[in-house]
Amino acid sequence: MIYLKLIWSYLKIGLFGFGGGYAMLSLIEREIVGSGWITPKMFTDIVAISQMTPGPIGINSATYIGYVAPIHAGYDSPLWGLLGSVVCTLVVILPSFLLVAFTSHLISKHKESVVIRGIFSGLRPVVIGLIASAALLLMNGENFGTETNEIFISVIIAVAALATVLFTKIHPILVIILSGIAGLIIYY
Amino acid sequence: MSVDKEKGIYLKLFSSFLRIGAFTFGGGWAMISLIQREVVENRKWIAREEFLDLLAVAQSLPGILAVNISVAVGDKLRGMRGSVAAALGTILPSFLIILTIAIFLTPDLIQNNRIIAAIFSGIRPAVVALIVAPVITSAKSAKIGWKTVWIPVVAALLIWSKLPVISNPILYVVLGALGGYLWLRRQEKRLGIAKMDTATPGQTDALDKDEKEDGL
Repeated sequence: MIYLKLIWSYLKIGLFGFGGGYAMLSLIEREIVGSGWITPKMFTDIVAISQMTPGPIGINSATYIGYVAPIHAGYDSPLWGLLGSVVCTLVVILPSFLLVAFTSHLISKHKESVVIRGIFSGLRPVVIGLIASAALLLMNGENFGTETNEIFISVIIAVAALATVLFTKIHPILVIILSGIAGLIIYY
Repeated sequence: MSVDKEKGIYLKLFSSFLRIGAFTFGGGWAMISLIQREVVENRKWIAREEFLDLLAVAQSLPGILAVNISVAVGDKLRGMRGSVAAALGTILPSFLIILTIAIFLTPDLIQNNRIIAAIFSGIRPAVVALIVAPVITSAKSAKIGWKTVWIPVVAALLIWSKLPVISNPILYVVLGALGGYLWLRRQEKRLGIAKMDTATPGQTDALDKDEKEDGL
């Protein structure tokens, strides 16, 4: 039953997704691509679409994967997709409700305690590792191509995009649009 | 009119967060400043200091930051029902936009339409670069030095390894939290509370800065 599996995966993502959208990606990748619900390529495309549309990447990916996964698994009707979208989006935010309702008083009361400060000083370097692992997981043949020419072009695009984001104030959305145009010119 | 008696507050909570959800690209920190302006300055629902307290809590909890802060604001004003109104407002624009895209821009279309396939072939490497960038910027702002750099490196490589069990990101979240607590407790015992602040690897404001730069 794919819906129960989706619920279980998104509960885990909502409960252990620390450090923001990018840090959640490796967890989403493991749960979703690892389960074979979508291909690695589709995963990257979802990240790209999430970056170009408003809203948090966690919601965007839950909605998209919730729609695509049941259809990909053979529930071949848009209604099954719609159900999956609703389920995944609601499940990924469910832990937020419970945690805010039950733990926010504890956290704000003890935010100076050794436990809370210790936990976050330990999570900080881990979150950077989580983001780095997402980047590593995506550096694959699906995204960079398998032929020498294609890999060469992909690396140039990636390096140019990285340099642009790090050293200029050009918005990431514009970087994606420009690389899309480059892809269209080169590959079409 | 006091906030406690304000009429139609559920609808106002919903519509405030709906507007923010519809017009903020990138989620996370990009949304926080808009939420603060709306609930503190425009609506005057919450005092600035109170908002910062809620933000500290929202940041400490797992899950989607923009959802956490809207749930916390709704909870502060009207308990669970307020949370639901605010959170639904935050997620509804994303949900509708992505649903529309999912219906029309199907994986088959991306694969088989020559124009779209070419565009996405160019986009995919750029997406990877956009994820590498926050690794570099946040390592700087979290003050990762030679003593702590092994933590993200080891975690990233083991997650990437795809080996059973040890490639699970949840493992590193748990280990990081546990290890951080044990480490700090030992430091406190050794150095005494007076020297505490200089002993932590990065101050709390370092996290604020790096997430602002991530924009997600």
